Amino acid sequence: MYATNYHRASSVADAVRLKGTGEETKYVSGGMTLIPTMKQRLAAPSDLVDLRHVAEMKGITVSGGTVRIGAATTHAEVASSAEIKAACPALSHLASLIGDPHVRHMGTVGGSVANNDPAADYPSAMLALGAMIVTDRRRIAADDFFTGLFETALNEDEIIVAVEFAAPEKAGYSKFPNPASRYAMTGVFVAKSASGVRVGVTGAGSDGVFRHSGMEQALAGNFSPDALSGVTTDPADMLSDLHGSAEYRANLVNVMARRAVAAAT
Amino acid sequence: MGVEGIGARVARKEDKRFLTGKGRYTDDMVVPGMKYAAFVRSPHAHAKIKRIDASAAEKMPGVIAVLNGQQMLDDGIGNLICGWMIHSKDGSPMKMGAWRPLAHETVRYVGDAVAVVVADSVGEARDAAEQVVVDYEELPAVTDAATALTAGQPQLHPEAAGNLIYDWAIGTSEAETDAAIAAAAHVTEMTILNNRLAPNPMEPRAALGVYDSAEDHYTCYTTSQNPHVARLVMSAFYNVAPENKLRVIAPDVGGGFGSKIFIYPEEIVCLWASKRAGVPVKWTSDRTEAFLTDAHGRDHRSTVKMAFDKDNRITALKVDTIANFGAYMSLFSSSVPTYLYATLLSGQYAIPAIHANVRAVYTNTTPVDAYRGAGRPEATYLLERTIETAARELGVSPAELRRKNFIRSFPYQTPVIMNYDAGNYEASLEASMKQADWAGFPARKAEAEKRGKKRGIGMSCYIEACGIAPSAAVGSLGAGVGLWESAEVRVNAVGTIEVLTGSHSHGQGHETTFAQLVADRFGVPIDSVSVVHGDTDKVQMGMGTYGSRSGAVGMSAIVKALDKVEAKAKKIAAHLMEADESDIVIENGEAKVAGTDKTVPWFQVALSAYTAHNLPGGMEPGLKEGAFYDPTNFTFPAGCYICEVEIDQETGKTDIIQFVAADDFGNIINPMIVEGQVHGGIAQGIGQALLEGVHYDAQSGQLLTASYMDYAMPRADDLPSFQVSHQNTPCPGNPLGIKGCGEAGAIGSPPALINAITDAIGNNDLSMPATPQKVWAAIHAAH
Repeated sequence: MYATNYHRASSVADAVRLKGTGEETKYVSGGMTLIPTMKQRLAAPSDLVDLRHVAEMKGITVSGGTVRIGAATTHAEVASSAEIKAACPALSHLASLIGDPHVRHMGTVGGSVANNDPAADYPSAMLALGAMIVTDRRRIAADDFFTGLFETALNEDEIIVAVEFAAPEKAGYSKFPNPASRYAMTGVFVAKSASGVRVGVTGAGSDGVFRHSGMEQALAGNFSPDALSGVTTDPADMLSDLHGSAEYRANLVNVMARRAVAAAT
Repeated sequence: MGVEGIGARVARKEDKRFLTGKGRYTDDMVVPGMKYAAFVRSPHAHAKIKRIDASAAEKMPGVIAVLNGQQMLDDGIGNLICGWMIHSKDGSPMKMGAWRPLAHETVRYVGDAVAVVVADSVGEARDAAEQVVVDYEELPAVTDAATALTAGQPQLHPEAAGNLIYDWAIGTSEAETDAAIAAAAHVTEMTILNNRLAPNPMEPRAALGVYDSAEDHYTCYTTSQNPHVARLVMSAFYNVAPENKLRVIAPDVGGGFGSKIFIYPEEIVCLWASKRAGVPVKWTSDRTEAFLTDAHGRDHRSTVKMAFDKDNRITALKVDTIANFGAYMSLFSSSVPTYLYATLLSGQYAIPAIHANVRAVYTNTTPVDAYRGAGRPEATYLLERTIETAARELGVSPAELRRKNFIRSFPYQTPVIMNYDAGNYEASLEASMKQADWAGFPARKAEAEKRGKKRGIGMSCYIEACGIAPSAAVGSLGAGVGLWESAEVRVNAVGTIEVLTGSHSHGQGHETTFAQLVADRFGVPIDSVSVVHGDTDKVQMGMGTYGSRSGAVGMSAIVKALDKVEAKAKKIAAHLMEADESDIVIENGEAKVAGTDKTVPWFQVALSAYTAHNLPGGMEPGLKEGAFYDPTNFTFPAGCYICEVEIDQETGKTDIIQFVAADDFGNIINPMIVEGQVHGGIAQGIGQALLEGVHYDAQSGQLLTASYMDYAMPRADDLPSFQVSHQNTPCPGNPLGIKGCGEAGAIGSPPALINAITDAIGNNDLSMPATPQKVWAAIHAAH
């Protein structure tokens, strides 16, 4: 790792101020991607601003059917939260599948969403739940937020402070982990609400997380695994690597989607 | 056996320090003035070095020296060598290309070291290493061994035309074998791939070189399975220093699996750089460097023909293997696909004609050498996949086909050198089938079918050769060293005991099992026994730990030394009690005169030896004896493994439902430690069969699996609880009747697993690792 200066932000405003100092300053939350990247000397920020201790970015609230999760909330907190288990158990289940206990106690919702790793779990849920990504200056719909592999609508110094979504009627998440990294080789989050069915797919798409419109249409009329039997996923849109060909991933998208629907509560 | 003697489940003495973080590893060593090394490594798989410009790096903060391969050559540091001579079937010696510790003309794999920076801190050394400018002229690369043998491919070493290191054969003549195959009632033919593995010990390699200019003496702390061999090789071949001026210390070592047998460039460079730079130099590999530079294992491509008569007896076996050696010949690489592989191709079966041909090939990849099992897993996988396939083709049960062909009388001379001394293969087969409820499998399969799962069962009957090895025998086969072991037993003046051994423990629990031997012999508490190993200044000489040899060879040396100590102690005790020496019995911590109530405590015997006030006439004072033990034969652990799996047809994911291991290791000193060895071995075997595989980009030669993001190591939840049992036909060849247990799990398990998966999916065309993607594709190809 190259030498770097560490700053602990006390508030969102403090974080933004600190971001303006230093040659190349980066925000760090759980650091589950950034720190390993730095250790491999593939990233060399001059300064890091730690967001994990900002009070206004922490905590989980559910009120009036709206779930709000502070960006600095860890995966372990989401996995074990009684409020989220009641409002959207599929999201707790998703959080419980991320990495290992160490990762779940360090990694945060905001970090995962902001990084938009094409194999991360949360982005699929954000899309399927129609979540709002709340930043220090605006609210961005998930549909507009994820713009490509590791790309988001965030501006350079913008900070995610929370994610918000309406508790769905039913939701389910099914993940097939990469045998090596245990990131999602394919993860499908399905959510049914009054406004319809949304399906978010992570790990599989060549452009990163995406909504599966074919599946959404099929499930809108009949929210059951069988409704997906005729739906196809085009391998041409899939990632292909050592662990999974595009054809295999296209298959996994359909299998995981059926299992997510079957598991939806 | 007593509570601490032979056969007792004594908790490992060494675990207290390991589990409390108090182990002392090479990277924990600190000496005054110590500085840090970082290596400049080739980013190319094959290139000429046109120029190395260190001027910018030398100006970086904290930099003490930037050193290169030309300087090493100028200082007379020798080439790295392979220490086992193999002759091709035309009589010519193997074609060994030059391996420089720091490449100065050509780099041949990604990670090949070209320069080293010594600096005040690791960070400064690495920062400066990035500023070393190496001007490369890229050359085309080849990573696949079969491809490397074909015309028009990149050539790695001028010494090895066509990249061929040797073309070697063993066994029955090819003509006789071909004739038997031609006359067969059935021939099973297969192509068998054995995937390349990265060893991944928990502790990465490390070295600390300390040069003392006043004494012109070097000390090397390093992660070695055999510090004396390291000293020997670094002295005799690399010209680092004469043996009496070089002390090698291998302190606690966190796993080796073979990869820490070999002498690598880094420890040589640290020693040499310590003199050149005038400071002690430490290097610790990071995980990426470990993937790039630790010697890999396996990587065979073989074709096999197994011939049967009309009664389903095997009449002949013909094997043609291409072994990928990587860019350079590592220390024992040449022996792995020859005398550790082809000599085991008879397996547990009476096969009248066996012919094996092996070609060793250079490629632009990390060097390949011994990895847990070393040759024997490759032989077992080939045989056990083939006989399983034959059973399917012949329509007979896999157990019956094996039974029919088992060797049943011993000693048994195979056509491929080995002379099996003892065994009872039927016993392990029966024990494992019973434990696995083989007979109940069809009902379980039917039940799984109802749940939409494909269930399969597979077995593997392995044999391996351990206790390497009779020195004269391996010498005649080309080994550059003898493979005996040494021991010294020192009884201190108050009766506590130190055992000095040339074996080296890096996870095997020697501090416990070796102490149990002593406790058993004299009836003293094992806490009064200490085991000393891993330091060439403390232990006289030794050959180290690999090939499951520390029990059969290392402990046999201790037994010989104990015999001498016991004989002298009896003489002293007889003198003290005015009894006849032949009436003395030593047990429960005292010497007794048999049939009387006369006793002398053990400490009194020891004290008498050192006070020397009242010794038998002419006896030298002291109670300390040494011994060398040279084995008379290999030992032959064998067993039967059964694996049962369920496959998720939609995803191709394999769940291991049960894994049964029935092993015959002969006598066992500590069953708990042996079971731990079996568990670890099976975990590694399952890793090979299901998860692990080194992949290179065929064009660029870049390592694609250079981190745990892409190299899949087995995790606890990938593994079932293992059902382990032992059968026992004691080894007749050594005093303890033990055979060795360190590698069996990794040898026996891969074919059992792949046989089970292919049974489940009804498609035999499946290579390791059987990843979900490959299994899914195989299911679809079958329908």
